[in-house]
Amino acid sequence: MLKPGEIAVVGAAESTKIGVVPEMSQIMLHADAALNAMQDAGLKPGDIDGVACVGPMMPQQIAHYLGITPKWVDGTGVGGCSFMLHVRHAAAAIHAGYCSTVLITHGESGRSRINATPRPPEPESLNGQFEAPFGPMGPPTLFPIPVLRYMKTYGVTHEDLAMVSVVQREWAAKNPRAMYRDPITVEDVLNSRMIAYPFRILQCCLVTDGGGALILTSADRAKDFPTRPVYILGTGESVETTMVSQMQDFTSSRAFRVAGPTAIQAAGIRHSDVDHLMIYDAFAHLPLYGLEDLGFCRPGEAAAFIREGNTRPGGKLPLNTNGGGLSYTHTGMYGMFALQESVRQMRGTAPAQVPGAKISVCHGVGGMFSASGTIVFGNERP
Amino acid sequence: MLEPGRAKPKPTPETKHFWDGCRQGKLLLQRCNDTGRAYFPPRPFSPYTGSRNVSVFEASGRATLYSYVIHHRPVPGFTPPYAIAVVQLEEGPRMMTNIIDCEQTPEALQLDMKLEVAFVPMDEEITLPLFRPAKEGA
Repeated sequence: MLKPGEIAVVGAAESTKIGVVPEMSQIMLHADAALNAMQDAGLKPGDIDGVACVGPMMPQQIAHYLGITPKWVDGTGVGGCSFMLHVRHAAAAIHAGYCSTVLITHGESGRSRINATPRPPEPESLNGQFEAPFGPMGPPTLFPIPVLRYMKTYGVTHEDLAMVSVVQREWAAKNPRAMYRDPITVEDVLNSRMIAYPFRILQCCLVTDGGGALILTSADRAKDFPTRPVYILGTGESVETTMVSQMQDFTSSRAFRVAGPTAIQAAGIRHSDVDHLMIYDAFAHLPLYGLEDLGFCRPGEAAAFIREGNTRPGGKLPLNTNGGGLSYTHTGMYGMFALQESVRQMRGTAPAQVPGAKISVCHGVGGMFSASGTIVFGNERP
Repeated sequence: MLEPGRAKPKPTPETKHFWDGCRQGKLLLQRCNDTGRAYFPPRPFSPYTGSRNVSVFEASGRATLYSYVIHHRPVPGFTPPYAIAVVQLEEGPRMMTNIIDCEQTPEALQLDMKLEVAFVPMDEEITLPLFRPAKEGA
């Protein structure tokens, strides 16, 4: 069993530009971020012997484009949290001796659609037969489907949900790379354009271009790199279903309840040890589900936890400190950007740095509650 | 008949009975014979035990409104705003559907309201199971 802190992140970077990047195709966004991460780590493509990325991009495309000869690859594709699973799988592979230095890349031309691939459900798939005929059009129509049930079960109001967007904008205001930085109020959220009731445009993630890359190696080698190592303390993963209509419990994600606690237990930490938290926020309800399913709040209490200011700048549990998918960036598979912010916080280099942060939990979702991956990072080796 | 343009399901060997049933005005679910529990979507084995000892049965068509969104943007085959709903069938499973004969507003669409199945043809091959508010006393 892999012990906490045996593997470290020694390279991390986003694409040079994020937001609107029509001058780069999807594969170049991968490569741009990968080159930046290799520069960050002082490595060349010849130093990399493991590659992971998520479809539609395949590891063979990235390896060939960058000039890498891998001994290990991972193309796990479970949506926007695939990178958390790549980190987990890479840690195990390095520990097993299959490879020594892994590059994980993401690039997505979500906004400019340069070489982007559309993904309609096949009419013979279960989604194609039992969801598509009823009029869903992408994540804004599917991801919020459980929300009204959650609200009724726990007495959560529209104003409570709007607070998620308001608080994340407070964080985004501190981040020069965030797409939206102007402060917003609950009223602004509730008066913004309706997309799919109960959610309005300010409760839906951005659609942007961008990329990110991570480089992992064994902690014993990590001290030879130019940046402060960020140690992997614990990891978890799970999947549930591609059909949001078939998730077991509309008030909680089974995949979250497996991945999150698995990672926290593997790290050997308590919730009170966590200084910084990222919860993939494709839509405004996800931080509520994440806070509860990972055990930071009891069921139904996350809305009050956010309303009371615990997750805002200066609060006791800083959450989504880059501004999140709602205000920072969201290419389509945002998990890589959540990981980048956790690494920056652990290095002490985040634009909205949490003073003295030592442990960061980074929790991702894939599809519409389809999948989940959680990584616990630390900047001290246990 | 439905407005044209919806994504049309294509039955597979494992789901054909369900779509045949809809065309004949029957909502066919499956049951795990070992546990007695109903399940959906169709597959020829039990998702609870892995056993192939399962049977097809006709559901009552009664359901309640479990959750939904009201989509405000245009989609082929739909006139916005329209609700994309998940209903809780009396037998236990949930399914995605649309709610017809009902205003597509939060006021009209109350969670847990009683519903009944309505079979609406897309074309000669495919009939969709939609739901409408249950008649009084139903």
